[in-house]
Amino acid sequence: MKEKLILVGNGMAGIRAVEELLAIAPGQYDITVFGEEPHGNYNRILLSHVLSGEKSFAETLLNQRDWYAGHGIRLETGKKIVAINRSRRQVIAADGSIADYDRLILATGARPILPSVPGTHLDGVLTFRNIAEVEAMLARAQSGRKAVVIGGGLLGLEAAWGLRHRGMDVTVIHLMDRLMERQLDAPAAALLRRSLEERGLSVETSAECQALTGTQQVEAVRLRDGRTLPADLVVMAIGIRPEIELARQTGIACRRGILVNDALQTDDPHIMALGECVEHNGQLYGLVAPLFKQAKVLAQQLAGRGCARYEDQAQATKLKITGIDLYSAGQFEGGQDCEELVMEDPGLGVYKKLVMKEGKLVGALLYGDTANEGWYYDLIRNASDITELRPNLLNGHGNIGDAGHGAHVTVANMPDDTEVCGCNGITKGMIVQAITGKGLFTLDEVRAHTKASASCGSCTGKVEQILAFTLGGDYNPTAREKPVCECTSLSHAQLRKAIADGHLTSLQESMRALEWKTPDGCPKCRPALNYYLISTWPGEAKDDPLARAHNERVHANIQADGTYSVVPRTWGGLTNAAELRVIADLAEQYNVPVKLTGGQRLAIPFIKKEDLPKVWGTLNEHGMLSGFAYGKAVRSVKSCVGKGLCRFGTQDSLGLGIKVEKLFWGAWTPHKFKMGVSGCPRNCAEATIKDFGIVGVDSGWELHVGGTCGVRVRATDLLCKVASDEEAIEHAAAFLQLYRLEGWYMERSSAWIERVGMPYVKQRILEDEAGRKALAEAFWEAQAHAQTDPWQARAESDAPDYEYAVIEALEAA
Amino acid sequence: MNFFKDIAWVDAGPIEAIPAPGARQLRTSEGNIALVKTSSGDFHALQDACPHRGGPLSQGMVYGERLQCPMHGLNIDLHSGEAVAPDQGCTRTYPVRVEKGRVFVGLSAIAECGCACAAAA
Repeated sequence: MKEKLILVGNGMAGIRAVEELLAIAPGQYDITVFGEEPHGNYNRILLSHVLSGEKSFAETLLNQRDWYAGHGIRLETGKKIVAINRSRRQVIAADGSIADYDRLILATGARPILPSVPGTHLDGVLTFRNIAEVEAMLARAQSGRKAVVIGGGLLGLEAAWGLRHRGMDVTVIHLMDRLMERQLDAPAAALLRRSLEERGLSVETSAECQALTGTQQVEAVRLRDGRTLPADLVVMAIGIRPEIELARQTGIACRRGILVNDALQTDDPHIMALGECVEHNGQLYGLVAPLFKQAKVLAQQLAGRGCARYEDQAQATKLKITGIDLYSAGQFEGGQDCEELVMEDPGLGVYKKLVMKEGKLVGALLYGDTANEGWYYDLIRNASDITELRPNLLNGHGNIGDAGHGAHVTVANMPDDTEVCGCNGITKGMIVQAITGKGLFTLDEVRAHTKASASCGSCTGKVEQILAFTLGGDYNPTAREKPVCECTSLSHAQLRKAIADGHLTSLQESMRALEWKTPDGCPKCRPALNYYLISTWPGEAKDDPLARAHNERVHANIQADGTYSVVPRTWGGLTNAAELRVIADLAEQYNVPVKLTGGQRLAIPFIKKEDLPKVWGTLNEHGMLSGFAYGKAVRSVKSCVGKGLCRFGTQDSLGLGIKVEKLFWGAWTPHKFKMGVSGCPRNCAEATIKDFGIVGVDSGWELHVGGTCGVRVRATDLLCKVASDEEAIEHAAAFLQLYRLEGWYMERSSAWIERVGMPYVKQRILEDEAGRKALAEAFWEAQAHAQTDPWQARAESDAPDYEYAVIEALEAA
Repeated sequence: MNFFKDIAWVDAGPIEAIPAPGARQLRTSEGNIALVKTSSGDFHALQDACPHRGGPLSQGMVYGERLQCPMHGLNIDLHSGEAVAPDQGCTRTYPVRVEKGRVFVGLSAIAECGCACAAAA
């Protein structure tokens, strides 16, 4: 027969212990859970969001009744255990019912401390501990009414903010001279106070409540200094005290909390305890992270893996008030032999303090900029030597080394054992393992499988970055949910995969196979589908002109007056007298001007559509090809003159520019793709705002990617340095192919890089040498099919000229 | 059918000379017309000017019973000539008939564009 396990306390700590146990030893015990509240287990940390209206109660439910049933757990809600018979190993409930146990877990939590002042029994005086109290507060929270919150700690401030958010007129009174004195020093507390006051809260520090007054209903709070604050609602949040009544009267050893050892056992070997009700090494608990660690240890013990030990770690706190970033961990107040690094910018509302001792970080207090909290926490937890980091320590992780391109870099450089979700003790490695091992794609899936970001939610951004980093091209926070358009339920990613998996090669075939909802698709999906077909199956897929955006279909740019501009290629921006003469003759013949474009080319504008073939024919005769100035394709390769002419030039940028353009022209890309080659770091070709930029240095070439300079300006990221033209070309081909295969249609390379992250691009292009060569090879393969000049193709085609000829109406017979 | 009596029909050529789904420009004595063929083989004729900024609708992408202007992307309903919401405006439509494999477009008919604007200028 299975051993009987009883859990007293259906809260976050106890249920987490049961979950951990089920994960490692499913079915080992016959489990019964007793809970005083009438609900399944819910996330108490999020009550402040329920109060403020940012979340519903349903969203805080962690375990619904069917979860208990599904795991064969008996759940007894609304049943308070009032006694334990240790000799018979039985628990006795208030209704007289009795249950046997072999092992008993006490997770009775804590209860709010009530100030010893008259009037706490009045209607409208509440604590902030459970959902029933939140509901009672909400019933009284009407706009314009007055609320007083007693206690300016974490909980009190979150309650005050929630009530303020509901429109109440809220005053916080706090006994100490600064808010959150256990987590903040004076400067940070002052900044916090200012932010709260700016949000419409009133704060009274060094204020002591003397009495709550009223007859039936609370009416006012009287302070010791004689002032009286009118109140329709009073919330008491001065602290919590372990709930040890049951344990104490049973004779289990208690001090302030139930005493437990490192194995979380009480002095009765059949009884264990965890959570806010325990005292371990003199320490009490009020934050969730250590409780979840205890749950893990307790589960291991129950499963018979008796080596797990609970050890205290530096505790970290975050305040959950929307718009206020506040983080504190470890010994932020310093002390003997401690050194402090402080950065304060009251204008920006930023304050950072790092406390060091003997070359190690022991405490951190961050206000206004908490981006590096995880990094600091790891340094504290691991007692890392920070001597070398010290000069940049305050600036944060992103400023260490030559990185500096935002979050992706931070996530990529993060060691696997870095804790991402403090509440649940989930490291980056565990998240990455779950994503790759279980094939997860969304934040919700990661939450479900790892619990990361599922408790207080403050690490959500980091978890998303890890998802993006790990999945690379497969991750797009919106694309997965969002179909390409209304014609299909498929996202860009799913569409591309379906084309590859199903070996689909034509538009009609794809729409049929993928159950398109409309007969022809629409101007959104048709060009996208066509692009995915031709980029996935080059030379094999049918390129459908009727699925091309207008300019690509007619190989010219339509202008405001309905005429077109013709832009032939000028390789690397170099032309000559013969080419200029042809262009000049055409301009004269059609009586049009010639415009210099931004990409170092000459445009012949104002050409009527029916004249386009003639103009192209003339250009073709003189060896000039279409410049693809109209396409989501490789555009021009802008170059400076380079060392052949320029006295500063270190490399032959013009030579390489021409070579690159001759190799790369004709490639279709998800969006337009511009290239540039500069001969020296003066960068006259502006290569660092191109999709692919090459900049000459004395030792070779720097390769830059992901620049853009239009509606939005973005400088490139440095990909790498190479020594030769050949290497530069191979890297460019591999990069272009990766973007062609993984960028969404209409996504510029800059946006793509920001989506997948530079570390991913570097991994594919730099670290994986064989992969790079394969990508480059695939590109050249595709080029063999792509490098046909559409102008010439048209001239050589026998098909009737439906596109360029106008129909002249005939008189009907 | 009196309606057809005053219409001056013009011959717009063989039906296969228009790609489907697609359109071509038809030059007539009453100005340019976008002659449209849908993927189901139906024909429509619209004044070749987008109600937005006069873009040549004959150059647009045809899909279903609609067409998208190549200039700024307004979507036009092929039956009514009206812009699809949220855009506004409409362009004149012309009657079309197919006989012996050829398309005929009726000029000089009173345009019924079905909305309040005066497309039939």
